[in-house]
Amino acid sequence: MAHVVFTPALQRHVPCPPAEVAGGTVREVLDRVFGENPRARTYVLDEQGSLRKHMAVFIDGEAVRDRDGLSDGVGTDSQIYVMQALSGG
Amino acid sequence: MADRLYVATRKGLFTVDRSNGGWQVTRTAFLGDLVTIVMPSGERVYASLGHGHFGVKLHRSADSGATWEECAAPAYPPKPEGLDDRDGSGKPVEWRVEMVWALAAADPAKPEALWCGTLPGGLFRSEDGGSSWELNRPLWDDPGRGKWFGGGADIPGIHSVCVDPRDSDRVFAGVSCGGVWLTEDGGATWACRAEGMRAEYMPPDRQFDPGIQDPHCVAQCPGEPEKLWAQHHNGIFRSTDGAKSWQEIEDVPPSVFGFPVAVHPQDGDTAWFVPAIKDEHRIPVEGKVVVSRTRDGGKSFEVLRNGLPQEHAYDLVFRHALDIDGSGDRLAFGSTTGSLWVTEDQGDHWQCVSTHLPPVYCVRFAD
Repeated sequence: MAHVVFTPALQRHVPCPPAEVAGGTVREVLDRVFGENPRARTYVLDEQGSLRKHMAVFIDGEAVRDRDGLSDGVGTDSQIYVMQALSGG
Repeated sequence: MADRLYVATRKGLFTVDRSNGGWQVTRTAFLGDLVTIVMPSGERVYASLGHGHFGVKLHRSADSGATWEECAAPAYPPKPEGLDDRDGSGKPVEWRVEMVWALAAADPAKPEALWCGTLPGGLFRSEDGGSSWELNRPLWDDPGRGKWFGGGADIPGIHSVCVDPRDSDRVFAGVSCGGVWLTEDGGATWACRAEGMRAEYMPPDRQFDPGIQDPHCVAQCPGEPEKLWAQHHNGIFRSTDGAKSWQEIEDVPPSVFGFPVAVHPQDGDTAWFVPAIKDEHRIPVEGKVVVSRTRDGGKSFEVLRNGLPQEHAYDLVFRHALDIDGSGDRLAFGSTTGSLWVTEDQGDHWQCVSTHLPPVYCVRFAD
């Protein structure tokens, strides 16, 4: 199970507690989280399903490369951090 | 007469109430967040937020701004795979709401019906007070949209939505830069109505192309709906025939450049502008904040300055930051440097409410 943590700045708008989620790609993991928290989806992803321009996702310390498809692979015990980018603030 | 103002700013939404002849900030909401548009509609108030990281959001209040709830923000449908959708400057159009730039009540008979104009140029409609939205496909799919391009913002957008008070199927949409569009069937079909507008920023053979004009703000007189005004990028234009044609008003003191326009609710010959030095400068002429007013359809203008700063003032007033109340006597405007002024006599005298607000984006009376 991957461990997903959301930026504290997001909590002011929509509560997003840390989650233990299964999934082979970051898309699968986020879809499971947002399936139970649909409002949070609109804060992290845009309406085309891409990572918002000024958001960043790290998997085991590496920034996600496929910001539109979110096909980056996730390991069974990966640490995923959904963060604000420093741009766009 | 309206005794309440809502002021949307770079760092929150402020409620300003009149008491004992003065106007004071009485409430704050969304402090620290960018509020691009506020739109009161009876007890309901809508506010669009633009979070730098988390995207565009819409909030509504059912109790005149005392409490708020997040509702649905407009969102584009999936962009078809392989679609080559480009704007008039050749840039690919991203099907993403970058900003809410206009909110308007769509139908007096249906208080829940709303129009919403956005960057990058989509017009949305809600039938349920913002619980859901649908992109108006006829305008979005019109080939004329391919000529639109960004002005001020990098991408085109709809900033003005004027619903004809006699017939809510008749709606004008002002586009920067894409002219003025009219539907007469509730949004099923649209036509560009910017004949007579002139674009200095285009090559000579394109200057009178209606579909690339940059009306910064379009206002319709509710009492005389055939009379419309546009503060355009390089001039002031007026229509007296429901936008079938536009006439340029020249020699307006102290300048023809600006963003907002307000028209009297009953008298379509009376309108107010907040001028600035064009175009690369965007500061008041000679550092003096003034309002220009015509009462004769643009034949002549008065420059109003009583109560406004007249030295080293560098306030710019954005397109939604000037409003007039339903009586036509009270106007208010706010500036990029956080000043807010109110008049109760059509601009003859102004009182300063604050000089320390965040940059002001939108000012609206609660009528």
